[in-house]
Amino acid sequence: MKLDPKVPGGPIEQKWDRHRFELKLVSPANKRKFEIIVVGTGLAGASASATLAGLGYNVKTFCLHDTPRRAHSIAAQGGINAAKNYPGDGDSIWRLFYDTIKGGDFRSREANVYRLAQISNEIIDQCVAQGVPFAREYGGLLANRSFGGAQVSRTFYARGQTGQQLLLGAYSAMMRQAAAGKVTMFPRREMMDLVVVDGCARGIIARNLITGEIERHSAHAVVLATGGYGNVYFLSTNGMNSNVSAIWRAHKKGAFFANPCFVQIHPTCIPVHGTYQSKLTLMSESLRNDGRVWVPKKPGDKRPANEIPEEERDYYLERKYPSFGNLVPRDVASRAAKEQCDAGKGVGPTGYAVYLDFRDAIERDGKEVIEKKYGNLFEMYERITGQNAYETPMMIYPAVHYVMGGLWVDYNLMSTIPGLFVLGEANFSDHGANRLGASALMQGLADGYFIIPYTIGGYLAGTALGDVNEEHKAFRDASMEAEERVRKLLSLKGHRTVDDIHRELGHIMWEYCGMARSYDGLNKAKEFIPALRETFWEEAIVPGDGKQLNQSLERAGRVADFLEFAELMVDDALSRDESCGCHFNVAYQTEDHEAKRNDETCCYVGAWEYRGDGQPEILHKEPLVFEYVDLIQRSYK
Amino acid sequence: MSNTINLTLKIWRQQGPHDKGHLETYEMKDVSTDMSFLEMLDVLNERLTLEGKEPVAFDHDCREGICGACGAVVNGIAHGPMKGTTLCQLHMRHFNDGDTIVIEPFRARAFKLVKDLMVDRSAFDEIIQAGGYISVNAGQAPEANTIPVPADKAELAMDAAACIGCGACVAACPNASAMLFVGAKISHLALLPQGRPEAAKRALNMLRKMDELGFGNCTNHTECEAVCPKEISISNIARFNREFIKASFGSREK
Repeated sequence: MKLDPKVPGGPIEQKWDRHRFELKLVSPANKRKFEIIVVGTGLAGASASATLAGLGYNVKTFCLHDTPRRAHSIAAQGGINAAKNYPGDGDSIWRLFYDTIKGGDFRSREANVYRLAQISNEIIDQCVAQGVPFAREYGGLLANRSFGGAQVSRTFYARGQTGQQLLLGAYSAMMRQAAAGKVTMFPRREMMDLVVVDGCARGIIARNLITGEIERHSAHAVVLATGGYGNVYFLSTNGMNSNVSAIWRAHKKGAFFANPCFVQIHPTCIPVHGTYQSKLTLMSESLRNDGRVWVPKKPGDKRPANEIPEEERDYYLERKYPSFGNLVPRDVASRAAKEQCDAGKGVGPTGYAVYLDFRDAIERDGKEVIEKKYGNLFEMYERITGQNAYETPMMIYPAVHYVMGGLWVDYNLMSTIPGLFVLGEANFSDHGANRLGASALMQGLADGYFIIPYTIGGYLAGTALGDVNEEHKAFRDASMEAEERVRKLLSLKGHRTVDDIHRELGHIMWEYCGMARSYDGLNKAKEFIPALRETFWEEAIVPGDGKQLNQSLERAGRVADFLEFAELMVDDALSRDESCGCHFNVAYQTEDHEAKRNDETCCYVGAWEYRGDGQPEILHKEPLVFEYVDLIQRSYK
Repeated sequence: MSNTINLTLKIWRQQGPHDKGHLETYEMKDVSTDMSFLEMLDVLNERLTLEGKEPVAFDHDCREGICGACGAVVNGIAHGPMKGTTLCQLHMRHFNDGDTIVIEPFRARAFKLVKDLMVDRSAFDEIIQAGGYISVNAGQAPEANTIPVPADKAELAMDAAACIGCGACVAACPNASAMLFVGAKISHLALLPQGRPEAAKRALNMLRKMDELGFGNCTNHTECEAVCPKEISISNIARFNREFIKASFGSREK
């Protein structure tokens, strides 16, 4: 099968307009006749549900939580980018496009990224009209701030809760459609499988998490907006319920999985402090504007930070990257911290932390100024660690944060299964091998408010879809499989908890498929993962039954999927003979230990095709062609 | 660096909405004071699982204090003893060795119990459906800076919009009133020029829905403000009342 990204012709500035003109339309009277399933209610899912319903489609929306407002988009702190150029500092659609392509280390599709930059401005308009309380200047106009990887101020924000406010905007728009009867909400449902009829996505099998009932839901198209799979590492900044299951099931039904090894590891998180730890907490990237990162020069120096004199401190980011200093992109900062800790210079009880020090900033600007800028973050830090960062430096360490990989989609955001659309973090999207700060919110809302409403219409108008109801054989088979799977999980009565096995998987992935990868390490992981999978099916315990709420069962199902998926991540990392963005293979580095791309052989999107249990997956390559930007070596020195 | 403490937990166990519940006692040894409250429950659940018992059900997701999923009444206080803190952000260093901790679900008529510490808060969604939005479809919005919002109004709106919908306000109120939750949403939208066209209809409909769902009225106990993890002010209830009065007497909305 040849991957066709269906990028429209013509100059890049006109592709999206031209495509919207060329897409077939569904008349208002006919929209009423179509049903669309949306799975997930984060920024992408909620905005898609609201918009599709607003157009007249009948939307059925599913989420894991008790209410759709809890999706993990809500935790995004910093902001959302747009090319409004309100500060007049030289921003433009072209610049946002270019920064995003470059930040992604030239591993994303030009036409998609250009469209994202074009749409960015409409998103801000839409959110303001919905009542999102963005920060304002005293004159009442919108305020901006700067973020990593850009030299202009283009980030819109609502204090440190931008994700929350944007999500509540999309959620309330969706609730308005629910009141109008155009969105039917199915909360506390987990997608168990995708149902494919005559090659097209026609519905899902869901488990009602309260009653345990396996439900069948049919539709004319299915939209997955189920977020990222960072929890494959056990510890991450993701919500505890974030998982790979929905997209993994779709993958097993035929949707190609693109670039699964592209995982963003965020440099400023609160370090791991104990084996009981359940998740990691992000500290906003903005802290690097004023905080200085350092470690002691002498390995194993256990003195308290304030007793280490200036000349014995190594401000390694400033030393290595004099022009960007502490503000290098996320992948670069994360790797540098790991390098220091691996050299024995890490601090804190575990030795896996570096200092982020505000002493000089406080001396320069006064405590009040720092408090005004970062007060809430210092407070959060103290809440979690019990330490006062005004007096002793913060300790930080990188943590898994976001995945650039996901289901492969074409320009229409449709996967390799006709009628299955994938939005937001769940698709492999527009961020290439590294995402810039404040771009995830932009992409989620672009997909949901402004892209899917057009492209899904083109699909529905141009495809002859027969009547399919929930008694169809494909639904019966899929629901029987789902029931069988639940039964199998519940039969596990071994001696290890699911979390315990998940934690072990996390160790393997972090160690061998994390910030720095090697062929040796990846090959080790390829042995360890199948063995752990076997351990899971032999030794795990899943208490309780399936006829009621059973959170252990939910977790077990997700971990079982992670155990399958993890191997694909490793295969993907092994197949990419280069370092790029977040994917750092130690065999490919410059003399200064920077990622060394191989544009000759690796300028492609790697899309994997599932061929059955135990069969190796097939790698398909979508070549990336750059007509508008030059491929250069990223340099932040 | 890390200390450990021993605790006695008394946790509400209830199989389902129609079953009888009871407090079950669990002894916890060597609890690290660096743990969060929910991590302490994770440790208990791991132990129960290994003992072949059913773990305690509780809602949680982000564990960063923003999703609003978690929440329980700890020693009589919704979200526990730390002011302005969700349960997931409460850490064990605020407890002492030998403490007994009683953990119960949020209780209110409008929040049906699901299991153990989990309750059904979908009533909040129904209230939002009654008017907690501004009617604008994708594509209808004017250019963002054509609607200036004074910075102080934007700040007040943001104060109210910070609500995470956890339901602690309802659990803490002797009347199980949702006035703080509704007041926060009404205020957020009423303070912004974008929200004015629908303000009257919104105030009337959301209040009506709140009553219909079995939430009580406000009698100024201010318990809601005391437990709110986002420290949302009861002045939002006052603003809600003003909006309601304006709508009742000064508009054509019914």
